[in-house]
Amino acid sequence: MAESKRKPNLAKTKVPMPEQDPQARVKNFEEVALGYTPAQAVEEAKRCLRCKEPHCIDGCPVNVQIPEFIRLIEEERFVEAYHKILEMNNLPAICGRVCPQENQCEKLCLRGEKGEPVAIGRLERFAADYAASLPENGGKPAVRDSQPKGRVAVIGSGPAGLTCAADLAKAGYRVTVFEAFHTPGGVLVYGIPEFRLPKSIVQREIENVKSLGVDIQTNMVIGKVLSIDELFAQGYDAVFIGTGAGLPDFLRIPGENLNGVMSANEFLTRVNLMKGYRFPEYDTPVKVGRRVAVVGGGNVAMDAARCALRLGAEKVYIVYRRSEEEMPARREEVHHAKEEGIEFRLLTNPVRILGDDAGWVRGMECVCMELGEPDASGRRKPLCKPGSEHIVDVETVIMALGTTPNPLIARTTPGLELTRFGGIVADEATGQTSREGVFAGGDIVTGAATVILAMGAGKKAAKAIDEYVTAKRQG
Amino acid sequence: MNRILKKRVLAPAVKLIEVENPFIAAKAEPGQFVILRVYEKGERIPLTISDYDREKGTLTIVFQEIGKTTTLLGRLEEGDRILDLVGPLGKPTNLENLQRVVVIGGGLGTALVLSQVKEMHKKGTRVDCIIGARNKDLIILEEEISPYCENLYIATDDGSRGHKGFVTDVLKKLLDEGNRYDRAIAVGPLIMMKVVSNLTRQYGLPTVVSMNPIMVDGTGMCGCCRLTVGGETKFACVDGPEFDGHLVDFDEVIKRTGMYREEEKLAMELLQRSLEGGL
Ligand SMILES: Cc1cc2nc3c(=O)[nH]c(=O)nc-3n(C[C@H](O)[C@H](O)[C@H](O)COP(=O)(O)OP(=O)(O)OC[C@H]3O[C@@H](n4cnc5c(N)ncnc54)[C@H](O)[C@@H]3O)c2cc1C
Ligand code: FES
Repeated sequence: MAESKRKPNLAKTKVPMPEQDPQARVKNFEEVALGYTPAQAVEEAKRCLRCKEPHCIDGCPVNVQIPEFIRLIEEERFVEAYHKILEMNNLPAICGRVCPQENQCEKLCLRGEKGEPVAIGRLERFAADYAASLPENGGKPAVRDSQPKGRVAVIGSGPAGLTCAADLAKAGYRVTVFEAFHTPGGVLVYGIPEFRLPKSIVQREIENVKSLGVDIQTNMVIGKVLSIDELFAQGYDAVFIGTGAGLPDFLRIPGENLNGVMSANEFLTRVNLMKGYRFPEYDTPVKVGRRVAVVGGGNVAMDAARCALRLGAEKVYIVYRRSEEEMPARREEVHHAKEEGIEFRLLTNPVRILGDDAGWVRGMECVCMELGEPDASGRRKPLCKPGSEHIVDVETVIMALGTTPNPLIARTTPGLELTRFGGIVADEATGQTSREGVFAGGDIVTGAATVILAMGAGKKAAKAIDEYVTAKRQG
Repeated sequence: MNRILKKRVLAPAVKLIEVENPFIAAKAEPGQFVILRVYEKGERIPLTISDYDREKGTLTIVFQEIGKTTTLLGRLEEGDRILDLVGPLGKPTNLENLQRVVVIGGGLGTALVLSQVKEMHKKGTRVDCIIGARNKDLIILEEEISPYCENLYIATDDGSRGHKGFVTDVLKKLLDEGNRYDRAIAVGPLIMMKVVSNLTRQYGLPTVVSMNPIMVDGTGMCGCCRLTVGGETKFACVDGPEFDGHLVDFDEVIKRTGMYREEEKLAMELLQRSLEGGL
């Protein structure tokens, strides 16, 4: 369409996303956001102003050519739009659903200055889902059969590992991914719930990565069954570590080992990976009381709270020690959680969990907080208000407080430099660690972050690994 | 991989399987465990590695059919595969510099200490072993373990073999007779490990117990397996499974182990019904 004849859609707001009604959805695990129809997608795509110097791309950690794919959607060339995204992003159906677009591409969109930005995430999701609905995914990527350029071992099959593996396979490497769990996907399968990211979609994108020739070996805990040095001895040219955020933190307050207290990692793994919400059809049980407190303010806390509701809890609280401003969760998740009736107890901090004689939780003592001066993280530091102790009646407490890196690999890999917190030290531009041939990226390097940042790190590392192995093989 | 090469029934509802997994067999050490899953909808459960053969690339696992997963595992036959098997997990037992050790195995415990006893024998440690069971039919692996023990004592609840009474009676007698050990290793039901630890505390005998709490991942990721040891929270799957018996808060472990009792019962009942229905 000639630029002169084009009439952008000047509506100030995004084309609304069809969603399951809150009343109905709290009783099921089906996806909340239903996705645009082709007509809605085209309508939204028309909101793009086709800026001469688009800023949105700068906000994308993997540099998706956003205006180009949106233009293809507007022209109803949906499969081409999907392939345009795929050039930079191996997991578009996932990113379209879980990226914090409001802090990335959409934050920089010109339309956002007067109204809402273009719904880039929703359009990305639309293109990927549209392609997936066609036979053969709208044409599978070709697999190379020439002599591989080298062999690379990737540890962990979360977004960092999968992206690194896919990019290396595309560049002509033989890649083996080692995953500790019985199913690949990392947080995408064990953390983020079905109603936000259906597992069939993760499965589909993993199948796409496999179709590039990537071999995924599950049930392999590196550091236990094989060490990194043993991988090199087996002939791998380089190793990428993408083992994720690690071990759950607890508050270290009295009563934390009572029955009914769990980490969000445990709760979400039981629900999502093990399908505990379908017990007894699936064997892994998961228990929630009538009233549930989730401690924390990130995506993990929102997911845990919304799962608890769907498992039948009558009352679910988010207990967070700062105010809503400081909450690290995606805006949309906070909004959805409120819509579903989750009660936010802000500026509240647990000090003790109370139990009954049989060792089960019967309540949680909390104190109220007020915000003081900004701390090292730049967020205002919460301070305890004296005399504000009170008891929240709950039978289940889920701790979503953050994580500490898993020391398994560090302990078995001599010479791997670690941060003060136990994360792996890696160059931001290349993922290079202190060990030759060993690269790392994702949550294990940054601490718990986002899917897209992990993917960005996997991508940069893949490029650096290609350069490293090529140079080594020539020299 | 994960094919069952050999299967033996050791006692009613107690089975031994030898499973092919050269990766795990190459790395396994005494005291470590695996996590397995039997079918697509199944639960992940931890089981101790009873023995391993690096040359053959096999692991031996002994288990009692007490819940749905172990019952389904028990129905697998030679030639069948275990869907998922991951390991070796946990820290190996430290068996260095031991002159003389008393090993107490209750119930399945004998099977679980077999690799430790063999390893100690190899290192020249003198081992006295006390095996406890409800009755003589439930004594398992006596022949396998006896060549590695200096003395083997048996205690049964009903007196059908050996001493009538508890393993702790035998242990107390040995200690009172002046036998001196560097360490006691107690493996078996929680209550037995608790009673043994209480006894050895009075004699100042360092005691190692092996914890087998509910687990999910087995790599430290979920915290489901946590327990209190000496006032600190530990994760059994990565900090253990073995701990100082004098420091473990057994009462808490016992309560936590019962966390899903109702659900376990329900799953078992449904399974039994479907098995009777000829599934
Ligand atoms: C509940 C929840 C909700 C979230 N919601 C969002 C969201 O909406 N949007 C967003 O952008 N981000 C979200 N995040 C964060 C995001 O999921 C992570 O930042 C991202 O998954 C990190 O990717 P990764 O590849 O580094 O690690 P992970 O996804 O954690 O994957 C690591 C993988 O490595 C495996 N592994 C670990 N150790 C070993 C070993 N020794 N050997 C072999 N394999 C090993 C693990 O089993 C795992 O599969 C959420 C996180 C959680 C927990
Ligand atoms: S089983 Fe999950 S941390 Fe131990």
